Amino acid sequence: MTVASTSPPLRRPRGDGALAALFVAPAMLGFLVFLLWPTLRGVYLSFTRFNLLTPAEWVGLDNYVRMVNDPIFWDSLTVTVEYVAINIGVQTVSALAIAVLLQRLTQSAVLRGIVLTPYLMSNVVAGIVWLWILDTQLGIGNEIVAGLGFDRIPFLADETWAIPTIAVINVWRHVGYTALLIFAGLQAIPNDMYEAAKVDGASEWRMFRRITMPLLRPVLAVVLIMTVIGSFQVFDTVAVTTAGGPANATNVLQFYIYGSAFGRFQFGYASAMSVALLIVLSAITFLQYRLTRAGHTDLG
Amino acid sequence: MRIRTVVALTGALALSLVTGCAQGGAAGSSSDTVTYWLWDANQQPAYEACAEDFERENPGLTVEITQLGWDDYWTKLTASFIAGTQPDVFTDHIQKFGQFADLKVLEPLDDLGIDDAAYQPGLAANWMGQDGHRYGAPKDWDTVALFYNRKLTKAAGLTAAQLNDLSWNPEDGGTFEKAIAHLTVDRNGKRGDEAGFDRNNVKVYGLATNGGGDGDGQTQWSTFAASAGWTYTNEKRWGTEYQYDSSTFQSVIKWYFGLAEKGYMVPFTDYNSQSNQANTQVSSGRAAAAFDGAWMISSYAGFKNLDIATAVTPAGPTGRRATMMNGLADSITKDAHNMPGAKKWVTYLASAKCQQKVGSYGIVFPATPDGTKAAVAAYEKKGIDVSAFTRPVADEKAGGKEFATFSYPITNYAADVYALMHPAMQDIFGNGRSVTSLDRTNSQINLILDQ
Repeated sequence: MTVASTSPPLRRPRGDGALAALFVAPAMLGFLVFLLWPTLRGVYLSFTRFNLLTPAEWVGLDNYVRMVNDPIFWDSLTVTVEYVAINIGVQTVSALAIAVLLQRLTQSAVLRGIVLTPYLMSNVVAGIVWLWILDTQLGIGNEIVAGLGFDRIPFLADETWAIPTIAVINVWRHVGYTALLIFAGLQAIPNDMYEAAKVDGASEWRMFRRITMPLLRPVLAVVLIMTVIGSFQVFDTVAVTTAGGPANATNVLQFYIYGSAFGRFQFGYASAMSVALLIVLSAITFLQYRLTRAGHTDLG
Repeated sequence: MRIRTVVALTGALALSLVTGCAQGGAAGSSSDTVTYWLWDANQQPAYEACAEDFERENPGLTVEITQLGWDDYWTKLTASFIAGTQPDVFTDHIQKFGQFADLKVLEPLDDLGIDDAAYQPGLAANWMGQDGHRYGAPKDWDTVALFYNRKLTKAAGLTAAQLNDLSWNPEDGGTFEKAIAHLTVDRNGKRGDEAGFDRNNVKVYGLATNGGGDGDGQTQWSTFAASAGWTYTNEKRWGTEYQYDSSTFQSVIKWYFGLAEKGYMVPFTDYNSQSNQANTQVSSGRAAAAFDGAWMISSYAGFKNLDIATAVTPAGPTGRRATMMNGLADSITKDAHNMPGAKKWVTYLASAKCQQKVGSYGIVFPATPDGTKAAVAAYEKKGIDVSAFTRPVADEKAGGKEFATFSYPITNYAADVYALMHPAMQDIFGNGRSVTSLDRTNSQINLILDQ
């Protein structure tokens, strides 16, 4: 389409900048008040001893020294990484499978809706429901396990089972959403590529490997970055199902931070651990972004 | 569009929102309202009745009661101190008040004229801070006893008299261990003390569990540790050294959690602080008996189709039966919006009149002896015998020949003690870690207390 060249050349109105600023202002205000300021203040507090109710007292690097020497911190970091690995691993593979199936087999909006249902539930409710389902003695899940002739499994009460169980509960809740994101990415892949491949006699699996995966990479990369960040911040499910137990087996970093701050009033130390988490997340995001070339597309 | 107008309007809107919030926060805290928080929903009607009488006696004053579940209660209270929306008066727990006093968010109550002698022994004294000021007005008390399913004890041939006369020791568990072993039944119908008992396939456990017990073991191991002569710290109140490294304590803990290994007590994996506590284990028929506190009397009595009775705790190596006697109190916040009203309300809450009223609801034992009497009568009216809870207190007053009551540990840094002991006890109970691991935890705790 050709733009009508009869119209006078566009003159940049003088008031544009101010108007733009006005439109950006609400978002900017939110960013400054709820993100930038708390972050800066958090960083400052990480160098203090602070109990919220009396003024913060500057202690230099004390909190960071304590953190490096705190075995519970390292333990909770390990637990968190273990959680993220299981959560993201299982979730990404299942979401990808669901998305591809949705795209290749059906276009039903009802089915897509069903896939998304668990996501509509709050994390806390999902956690409590699964807690009851998986209860060793009273849970219907364990009734089934026992009914099948197996020993009951202490899903949330055993140190080996607890983290995988919480990871899978969260997969259950998030997989539909992740699948839909990937599904949207799949929609962007031109259909004629599949048709051409089909003409050449390619199998579904070959098409998946040669067309879907490479062309999905940018979307998958963004999805991964988002889910990994979200996964590192796991808190609510742990809080309602195990409260960090048994014996710190599920004491994920966010839960340890929360406990230090709101349980023990050590807001300075909790801030230092939050800063550490921020650094870890930034580093992981940066690495992922670089490794997956998320900003580039293979679609010519 | 006039940008300046828009900016001004936006600003005005934002400002009104902010001030609106502030007003919202302070709402209901005018000079004629006293805000009061409590966590036990069962007790709310009793305190509402008290509030009505109070309002009648103090025309112009209104008490606004808010009930919040235990977990939310403390989080919200903490947040409210920061936001300045704290209640004027709130129900306080002995485990928390030291820290609050330390944070200077509580108003000293020295001028309320609380008379120690007006309450059951020890209750008033526990609320004196380390600085010598009073921070709580005694409200109620509770002890621990053994709840048991009468149908199951009858089937095991155990009489009430026998169950009220048990004793234990950390070597062979005494008659107490024999009794709960006998109450335990496996899938094949074999009892815990019979040959061929299968501890891995238990149908009914003799004793329920309330988990590892953190640093206090109130309804878990405290009765055993205390009747073995152990105390939490080096002092009665405000001790500076915890004693989880004592060999007496560790031998008690080893024996106690060993009951689960033997198959007589519900294992750690079957316990859940949210979904499967001791009372649930009893009500679902998984356990025949459970140590639990007086605050659970109504819950146990309410189990449908179950005939529940209570027995006193077993006598230990010291020859006495021990139970924790814990009491709650009402505290006033330092920045209470209505200080004069708050003081009047707390004075009333601690008065014989209000406590008698609360007692008459038969839901909790008020701190005054008359209030306690009223509660006992009210329970009796409901057909509940509460003597297993009141006998230790009466005996203690008479010199304590048979019973020994002890208080919840009162020290600084209670939250830190909890943070360290909670996983440590779970590790022993759940993961079979050695009790000697408590040596290290204990020195960590004492290091914190040393600060």
